[in-house]
Amino acid sequence: MQVLLVDDEKELASAMAERLRLRGIDAEWATTADDALMMIDAVPFDIAVLDIKMPRIGGLELMHRIRVKHPEIKILFLTGHGSEELFQKVIDECGESAYLIKPIEIAELVDKMKRLMGRPDDRPG
Amino acid sequence: MVKEKMNPIYSMARDLKPEFWDKKPHLSGSLFNYRRIWMISVFLAVIVSLVPLVAISTADLKTTENAIASEVGFRIVRTVSNTNRAISFFLTERRAALNFIARDNSEEELKNTARLVLLLEGLQESFGCCFVDLAVIDESGKQIRYVGPYALEGKDYKEQPWLTAVIDNGAYVSDVFLGFRNRPHFVVAVKKPLPMGRFLVLRASVDVDPFEKLLSKLELTGRGDAFIVNHAGVLQTNSRYYGQVLQKMPLPIPKYEDASQVIEWKRHSRSNLLIGYRFIEESPFILMVVKEKEELMMPWQVIKKKIFFFLLGSTILIIAVILGIVTYMVQKIYQSDEKRLISLHQIEYASKMATIGRMAASVSHEINNPLAIINEKAGLIKDLFEIKNEYENDARLLNLIDSILAAVKRAAKITKRLLSFSRNMESSADTIDVRALIGEVLSFVEKEAEFNSIDIRVDAPNHIPLIRSDRGKLQQIFLNIINNALEAMKTGGHLSIEIYQDSKKYITAKTCDDGCGIAPDDLPHIFEPFFSTKSGRGGTGLGLSVTYSLVQEIGGTIGVESQLGVGTCFTVTLPLRKVDPMEDKNRASTVGG
Repeated sequence: MQVLLVDDEKELASAMAERLRLRGIDAEWATTADDALMMIDAVPFDIAVLDIKMPRIGGLELMHRIRVKHPEIKILFLTGHGSEELFQKVIDECGESAYLIKPIEIAELVDKMKRLMGRPDDRPG
Repeated sequence: MVKEKMNPIYSMARDLKPEFWDKKPHLSGSLFNYRRIWMISVFLAVIVSLVPLVAISTADLKTTENAIASEVGFRIVRTVSNTNRAISFFLTERRAALNFIARDNSEEELKNTARLVLLLEGLQESFGCCFVDLAVIDESGKQIRYVGPYALEGKDYKEQPWLTAVIDNGAYVSDVFLGFRNRPHFVVAVKKPLPMGRFLVLRASVDVDPFEKLLSKLELTGRGDAFIVNHAGVLQTNSRYYGQVLQKMPLPIPKYEDASQVIEWKRHSRSNLLIGYRFIEESPFILMVVKEKEELMMPWQVIKKKIFFFLLGSTILIIAVILGIVTYMVQKIYQSDEKRLISLHQIEYASKMATIGRMAASVSHEINNPLAIINEKAGLIKDLFEIKNEYENDARLLNLIDSILAAVKRAAKITKRLLSFSRNMESSADTIDVRALIGEVLSFVEKEAEFNSIDIRVDAPNHIPLIRSDRGKLQQIFLNIINNALEAMKTGGHLSIEIYQDSKKYITAKTCDDGCGIAPDDLPHIFEPFFSTKSGRGGTGLGLSVTYSLVQEIGGTIGVESQLGVGTCFTVTLPLRKVDPMEDKNRASTVGG
């Protein structure tokens, strides 16, 4: 499973990617939407975990751009903000279970990703 | 209570008293002082309506009085004039008869007693009455001939003023006097000029009976009177009320006028008199017709009474209508002002809650990001220890990392709860587990309750169904009720929340505290806007009224039971509404997991 983490907080994205890698998940990270798009073009990611609120291009906009070229990539959202409008958009487009509120439990993130990939019992070694 | 039972008027006045009457504008924030508006409106309306009515009625009354007084005066003048004509004619007739005799008879004939007897008989037959005697006086003033019932021949009248008057004026009518017969009569005398400056005076005594008869025939109703006086005010005929003939009349002697007049004579503590009079020409007589004004003005009194009752009835009707209309209008203004105030405060309240929500969301976000970094970094350290085994598996360091992660988890729980609260304030329809919702609300106050050693117990069976409602409103409802309970309790109180289903359509949440309780007089008002018992302690009096409105908005009911010093229970009944069974299942698993 190849995962791309996109969050404008570099420290958060890098730590999270490393923790995923420690769990046997091939995780890369980016801090901007542009970097993320370039990486997606280069690597066949299965899942993209996107922060909703990012400078310039936010998580939702990034999701739309990814879907244009790579509709096969599954999307998960991360957020620390409680704006009803953003939540509603995410829920409308991706469903109730497509987001996690920061700070997250790494086990919960892994579980969600596996559910998305249709492998709920596949646990990292 | 005793006062009301004893005094039904007090009770009725209390029932009729409009709502705004006791409203103090500076306390409620109303735009107007309604009692003052009411009083000014009533005062102005009453003045504007009644002043013209009273003025018109008074003017009408005055005009009618003047018309009737004028009519009365006119009637008296007419009576006086008619009677005067009759008396003047009587006197003129007698004078003319004597003049005719004086002219028609020679000096010798007049000095002839037999002739005089014939002439007296002729006068008595012609006039039927009145002529008592007939006498002739020469220029020396001596009565040279007399025919009549007395022996008056040879009497000397030289010094008598009446003789001078006859000599000067040619004719004379005397005042009434009793004379030898002791019967009231007067004298008519005429002068017969003779050659060489000589003259004779022909004199006759006339009874006043014809005057009495004439005056008695006048229609004088009630206390009316008619009589003749001389210029000195001595009665020349009998009067019904003002004395007998030759007595002094107790009324004022009118001033000379050459026409019939009416004067009003005011009497102390008695009805005024209207006196009609006429100076009878070529005589010393004044004809007087006296009537009591009050009696003559009776028609006016009847009209006055009718106008008074009309005025009284109209005034009562106008005042009643004004009171009704003004009270209704001021009441309507008051009610709309109250509605405006309530809406304004509810908007303010909602806006305040929305601000709190936004702030909560913003604070959560700001804290969540650094928390997430701490979480991930600490998690990574732990992973490195546990998964990679590259580092010393130092139990002390692991404990420290676990402490960091536990603290992050605790902080995250708070920020997530804040986020959830702020999100729910904006939602309108949601599937809700009331027990979980009350748990969320309690989590906001649990620290405060802990500090005050307040024991909180939630009692709810597991099978309580989910309801479809507005999560934000429900949160506010229970937050208000629970906050209220906490404020009512001192240290060591007990708060119990019981949730149960008592019908197929509703579930009930009963919140009871053992706080100070609510006074029985206050209990009916606690859901009214601006009603607060927390005077001077920052109570807006809106919390429970907003709670009441919110419960109504979601289709529920709220009730209260309280006993002073024992405690208070709020019972909120919430409609279940239809919940999709699939959703119910999913939700249940979410809640459970």
